[in-house]
Amino acid sequence: MAGIVVALALIPEAIAFSIIAGVDPMVGLYASFCIAVVIAIVGGRPGMISGATGAMALLMVTLVAEHGLQYLFATTILTGILQILFGVFKLARYMKFIPRSVMVGFVNALAILIFMAQLEQFVDASWVMYAMVAGALAIIYLFPRISKAIPSPLVAIIVITVIAIFTNSGVKTVGDMGELTSALPAFFMPNVPLTFETLAIIFPYALALTIVGILESLLTAQIVDDMTDTPSDKNRESKGQGIANIVTGFFGGMAGCAMIGQSVINVKSGGRGRLSSLVSGIVLMGMILVLGNIVVQIPMAALVGVMIMVSIGTFDWSSLKGITKVPLTDSIVMVTTVVTVVMTHDLSKGVFAGIILSAIFFVAKISRVQIQSQTEGKKTIYKISGQVFFASVDEIIDAFDFNTDSEEVIIDFSQSHVWDDSAVAAIDKIVIKLRENGSTVQLVGLNKPSSTLIDRMAIHKKPGAKLSGH
Amino acid sequence: MYKKILFAFDGSENSLRAAIHAVTMARMSKDSFVTIVHVVDGQTSKEDVLHYSSKEEIHIKRKQKLEKAEVVFRSHNVSYEVDLLHGEAAPTIVDYANSKPFDLVVVGSRGLNGLQEMVLGSVSHKVAKRVSAPVLIVK
Repeated sequence: MAGIVVALALIPEAIAFSIIAGVDPMVGLYASFCIAVVIAIVGGRPGMISGATGAMALLMVTLVAEHGLQYLFATTILTGILQILFGVFKLARYMKFIPRSVMVGFVNALAILIFMAQLEQFVDASWVMYAMVAGALAIIYLFPRISKAIPSPLVAIIVITVIAIFTNSGVKTVGDMGELTSALPAFFMPNVPLTFETLAIIFPYALALTIVGILESLLTAQIVDDMTDTPSDKNRESKGQGIANIVTGFFGGMAGCAMIGQSVINVKSGGRGRLSSLVSGIVLMGMILVLGNIVVQIPMAALVGVMIMVSIGTFDWSSLKGITKVPLTDSIVMVTTVVTVVMTHDLSKGVFAGIILSAIFFVAKISRVQIQSQTEGKKTIYKISGQVFFASVDEIIDAFDFNTDSEEVIIDFSQSHVWDDSAVAAIDKIVIKLRENGSTVQLVGLNKPSSTLIDRMAIHKKPGAKLSGH
Repeated sequence: MYKKILFAFDGSENSLRAAIHAVTMARMSKDSFVTIVHVVDGQTSKEDVLHYSSKEEIHIKRKQKLEKAEVVFRSHNVSYEVDLLHGEAAPTIVDYANSKPFDLVVVGSRGLNGLQEMVLGSVSHKVAKRVSAPVLIVK
């Protein structure tokens, strides 16, 4: 039952995402069918729904425009292969290195891009178009008050289509955007030359699709984990996504991934197992075969309404509410991710920008060290608290007085950790300079890993040690 | 009197006020027992997964939220248990309330804002309508 609800909800989205990518609606519908069925069998997260998605569609736009559909199929297959490798090498655990503020930026940017993609439908549009979009949105948000059995976006599409046909309004329809054939997908090899040039064209796209697909799928898997209070195998899910995309590519579909919105709908309607995904795929295909002729008559206005709802649902509104509560650096990372994506139209670039920026902020945060010095007669004690590594060594060296008249200098490391060769080199420099000044130097309180590192790399312990070229 | 009391908590001010009334009702009879339920819906799941980096962190955040209510019961020596449920708030509370022999169900009204209520409908209203035990809605 949940599977049928999902299938009904998948149709408008699959068509709309195809239009975003610039391909025929069939490509998205075939993709959603293939992915849903294959994932039902090989996925790692039962109850999760995958299909053609907005995040993936947005990455394909330039590829389709410049090289055509056949290259998209080839890219989809390559994406699948890369995702299987991702799963085989168990890279899912490295997902934890992606900070949450980048993930929030990712979904917000996705929502903004989906919304922006709808705006071009309004260019030169008549008031009828605006009225229809408004009508569709009203139905989508108010119909659940009457009944929740049928997904309200589908009701909106049916009502608006009926109105459009009976009033002969002449607004743009799905049929104007591309062909829709009522046929089962068939297996074929993408018609691309198997050369290095082809690979050079499709590899960057496939890589971006791989990253975005895995990112959204694993995020969705975590959400379904939480909603159902059950764990899932993330590496198996990565491999499953890969297999699904390979199959999809050979059957004339576009690359897809897990869908947050649909998965939430599925779990809410009681879908917990693999069956719901399988049923949704089969029902979807059945409906394409039966309803093909009607689908072409759906006005674009109705789909725009659905997509505006998708973007509102995708946007993380709580991140705006919480912007005053979270640390400023987190907000900067989130906004940077969003801005990068909106400028480049590439979600993967935004994720990289966000990760790099948050890594810099992290290093800046932990590089803060405190150095306290205390002089008692002829003895000076320096107490270092914090992380000693490449980003903090300058500050530490500056804190030392190398012209001291203390005979004995003790450096206390009990509140710190020595991490890398920059740190050891800095300690060498301090010790040797102080020795040249005629003081004896003692390092105390080093923890085990720190002292092992110093024993292995430091030169100040060797007799007659001098600073070389510093 | 009201021995088995179900108290639905959503973390809002109103439901904290409702907690005080649940305590009052519980103290009217001796060995009364309160079951505190907190429902995590799909939207909350999504936001929590997005904002907190691990399952453990999400768990702690939810515990902290519930702690606000638990404190009220503990400080008045009312014995209670806590149950965390997943699903849509109203139907989940209704099913839970009808599945066990509760003598009373206590909920706060209006945890959501006006717009959310217009779209989603009022949780307390649905609970009052469909739960078979007496329902106390605290304004």
